Amino acid sequence: MIPLSHYLIVSATMFVIGSVGVLSRRNAIIVFLSIELMLNSVNLTLMSFSSFLGDVTGQMLAFFVMTVAAAEAAVGLAIIIALFRRKQTVNLDEINIMKW
Amino acid sequence: MTIESILFYVLSAGAVGSALFVVSRRNPVVAALWLIFNFFCLAGLYLSLHAQFIAVIQIIVYAGAIMVLFLFVIMLLNLGDERRLVEGVTPRKVVGGILSIAVLVELWYVFLGTPSIQHAALGNRATEIGTVEHIGAQLFTKFLLPFEVTSLLLTAAIVGAIVLAKRKLD
Repeated sequence: MIPLSHYLIVSATMFVIGSVGVLSRRNAIIVFLSIELMLNSVNLTLMSFSSFLGDVTGQMLAFFVMTVAAAEAAVGLAIIIALFRRKQTVNLDEINIMKW
Repeated sequence: MTIESILFYVLSAGAVGSALFVVSRRNPVVAALWLIFNFFCLAGLYLSLHAQFIAVIQIIVYAGAIMVLFLFVIMLLNLGDERRLVEGVTPRKVVGGILSIAVLVELWYVFLGTPSIQHAALGNRATEIGTVEHIGAQLFTKFLLPFEVTSLLLTAAIVGAIVLAKRKLD
């Protein structure tokens, strides 16, 4: 039997890898992929607690996280397309028009 | 080692390893394909947690629909010259890495001290909780309002995506 903490450690590791990707990469698409990675690692935490506690609420929450991720991906990719059309780049360092 | 723990460690290694590849590849297409592999490993982990419905949804919706959207956008952008995006080591990156490792150590410290809950205590219920039947029954009774609000969210996302990606606002 695999203990709960093993699942939590896998998900924590994936979350931190995702956050490193968000903080260090400058390609907007890869930053987006890293955000998906972080959302999925949180899903894994929700699922493992749901299974170990015998409560379906965690699985429901993971289900809604997936829906929000789908909406977020659609809108975010539309923003990237609009930015690319205007600036001809997806480098986040060059998209600094709203930077103070 | 039982077959269950071997599967768990293989899938976990696959998930963490492919996550590393996602953030380290230069080519976005390769990164997206590694993310799909990561989603399959996660679906396997969900199955080991007796969550059949979410495991299937993970593959159909995430690996199927969302990642195809990503790959389509990468294809449409046609990022020819990757040279302009060559990323060196900057102070910001170093600080980000150090802070992330601090978070990782904290999380490991907390989770290793977590007293484990046994799902053996649940008996047969553990396998019944993630079935389509049980999820559906809960979704249309206890979670009906969030489910309906989700439809509004998706409508807003569709409209927003079309407006944002339209060639000109007239």
